[in-house]
Amino acid sequence: MKGKRGLIMGLANDKSIAWGIAKALAAEGAELALTYQGDAFRKRVVPLADELGVTQMADCDVTDPASIDAVFNQLEEAWGGLDFYVHAIGFSDKSELRGRYVDTSPENFRMSMDISVYSFTACCQRAEKLMKNGGSCLTLTYLGAERVMPHYNVMGVAKAALEASVRYLAEDLGKDGVRVNAISAGPIKTLAASGIGDFRYILKWNEYNSPLRRTVTIDEVGQSALYLLSDMGRAVTGEVHHVDSGYHAVGMKAVDAPDMSPPSKAKEGGA
Amino acid sequence: MSDISDRVKKIVVEHLSVEEDKVKENASFIDDLGADSLDTVELVMAFEEEFGIEIPDDAAETIQTFGDAVKFITEAA
Repeated sequence: MKGKRGLIMGLANDKSIAWGIAKALAAEGAELALTYQGDAFRKRVVPLADELGVTQMADCDVTDPASIDAVFNQLEEAWGGLDFYVHAIGFSDKSELRGRYVDTSPENFRMSMDISVYSFTACCQRAEKLMKNGGSCLTLTYLGAERVMPHYNVMGVAKAALEASVRYLAEDLGKDGVRVNAISAGPIKTLAASGIGDFRYILKWNEYNSPLRRTVTIDEVGQSALYLLSDMGRAVTGEVHHVDSGYHAVGMKAVDAPDMSPPSKAKEGGA
Repeated sequence: MSDISDRVKKIVVEHLSVEEDKVKENASFIDDLGADSLDTVELVMAFEEEFGIEIPDDAAETIQTFGDAVKFITEAA
């Protein structure tokens, strides 16, 4: 990745999947730009940026088109072009990441779709213009887009839309040599995941039932991202790549997996 | 108890970059130690990792002070 320059959005702290990706790219010599949202994230991102020698930083609110424009303008001025873009952003009201999807409010539905889905399209619009020699865009999704996962609710619907937009963006940008892919990572305990109900149960279930019988790390997602963002993946676009210890291939509980219930269920007097 | 207290204190001092003597029994993470809401989530994640325990969301919301954290972890560990 020497001589390649890219933007990563959505780094929150050293548990972030975006951090695993940033480390993998920097280790191969890529030059990185990072955005954060507001002071609370800035103070977390600055020390991580220093660790990787990141020179370009910007505050970005992806719900504000002018804020997105400012970031890409900054990069155009500083770099004159862009080789890759990583989108690791999603948001939903935490209170709706438990209970029933059917109870989703219109306000939270719109906000979740805007921040978790449209922001990727909005940024690819700008990135395309800077990727004069072709490029690679990557977003993060989850199996809850394809199948029902407990508590994932409106985020599952948003991720399904995000995966569909990966395919449409791949078609639109392909003629310019810009690739668009997603990594569907297995569950990882990040700041964002802390908002999802019964998350530890979901982690354990994946550990017991995935073919590799373990969960995945941010560094492993980083290695797969490196493949998709580098020339190693130069013929791959429109793809949703599962980095989940194979869990997506499984149809039923493994015979050697213990029976288990989430704590919320046990509390109600369930098994 | 004192061992747990020391380990909790070490995490709080490192995470919030505060002086050790400010981390008192009734010191509130947010009001006295300058934590924001993300810090409180990160602290709970750090406690879980350090002590190999699970702190459910509803319990995490009751952990407001250093003393609360030590008490919860002592009972859970």
